[in-house]
Amino acid sequence: MAQGHGDAKGSTAHTEADGGHKAPFPPFQQETFASQLVSLAIAFVALYLIVSKIALPRVGGVIEERQKTVDGDLAAAQKLKGEADDALKAYEAELADARARAQAIGAETREKLNAQAEAERKTLEERLAAKLADAEKTIASTRTAAMGNVRNIASDAASAIVQQLAGVTPDSKAVDSAVDASLKG
Amino acid sequence: MAADPIHQFQITKLFTIGHIGGQEIAFTNSSTYMFGTVALIGILMLLPGRQLVPSRFQSIAELSYEFVANMIRSTAGKEGLKFFPLVFSLFMFIAVSNLIGIIPYTFTVSSHLIVTVALALLVFFTVLIYGLAKNGLKFFKLFVPSGVPIYILPLVVFIEVISFFLKPVSHSVRLFANMLAGHIALKVFASFVAMLGAVGVVGWFGAVLPLGLTIALTALELLVAFLQAYVFAILTCIYLNDAIHPGH
Repeated sequence: MAQGHGDAKGSTAHTEADGGHKAPFPPFQQETFASQLVSLAIAFVALYLIVSKIALPRVGGVIEERQKTVDGDLAAAQKLKGEADDALKAYEAELADARARAQAIGAETREKLNAQAEAERKTLEERLAAKLADAEKTIASTRTAAMGNVRNIASDAASAIVQQLAGVTPDSKAVDSAVDASLKG
Repeated sequence: MAADPIHQFQITKLFTIGHIGGQEIAFTNSSTYMFGTVALIGILMLLPGRQLVPSRFQSIAELSYEFVANMIRSTAGKEGLKFFPLVFSLFMFIAVSNLIGIIPYTFTVSSHLIVTVALALLVFFTVLIYGLAKNGLKFFKLFVPSGVPIYILPLVVFIEVISFFLKPVSHSVRLFANMLAGHIALKVFASFVAMLGAVGVVGWFGAVLPLGLTIALTALELLVAFLQAYVFAILTCIYLNDAIHPGH
């Protein structure tokens, strides 16, 4: 039993009881070395197999997968941002285009309306000028007619005046020529 | 027994597995903690989901993955990643077993020299075998720094060879001694609290100081537990870098 564990334990208990020779320092008790080495070898080999075959590939895979996902998401975000930028640019271009077109349409409409107003003004003026000319003509004819009436009235009046004053009926032709002469004069 | 600061390192047999050449192979309390550590790492790394946005539990697994992967990339380069499972296993095994060991009444696996020596030798032989297999005789350039004058070269090579063979020693003793010393200090201060508390009312006031120190030491040990795992892992990376890229 010199090589056994029970012996070491027993001797410890014994020395404490009677204070005899000192108990060996446990880390230097050579009879325990073989047991510890065997246990350590089994435990460490088991640990190494667990770690190398299962644990590390598993954890490493998770970390790698996460890295891949993060990279993928970042790339997708970058792509979407590019698309958004493009859309913004297209929108701005469209807006500028629309603004230019609106201005063109405005200018065109203004010109058309101006031309129309000008044309209307011209026709109106022409119509007015024609009416004016008609009126003038009417005035002239009326005046001529009126002037004719004046001669008749004047010759009648002159005949009547002469008859009253001289008691003779004047020659109508003479009267007419006299009236004409005075009217002309 | 409670005041014995060494008792926590005692290996106790739970049952016998068998005998190898007259040597009893037993399943001990240390074995329980070793397998418990492996089980806890398994739960930590395999149980969380595989969501795109990680839960907190999943984050622990991913953070430890990234932490060790970055450690290897920064010290041994991309080629070092073929040792990722080894470095990850070492780091997680030491870190988790150390952190378990801080819980009172538990056992710290790496407080036994034989465990740290075994892990350090594993790294040492990995470096030696991989270095020789990959680089052949060029591996020995490791011992011949370039740009050293010829008349002091023998001395430098001698020192380099010695330092190479001392690496597993420092590698293992650093972890072992840190865990051992930290746990002894914790136990000593904690037993002061118990001893003073047993004296009476005056002792209760006297116990405040060691109690505070125990709390502070526990915080420090928490840091040391993680830090020693980190140091062990990063030294592993540096030694592996020597094997991958010999010649300084």
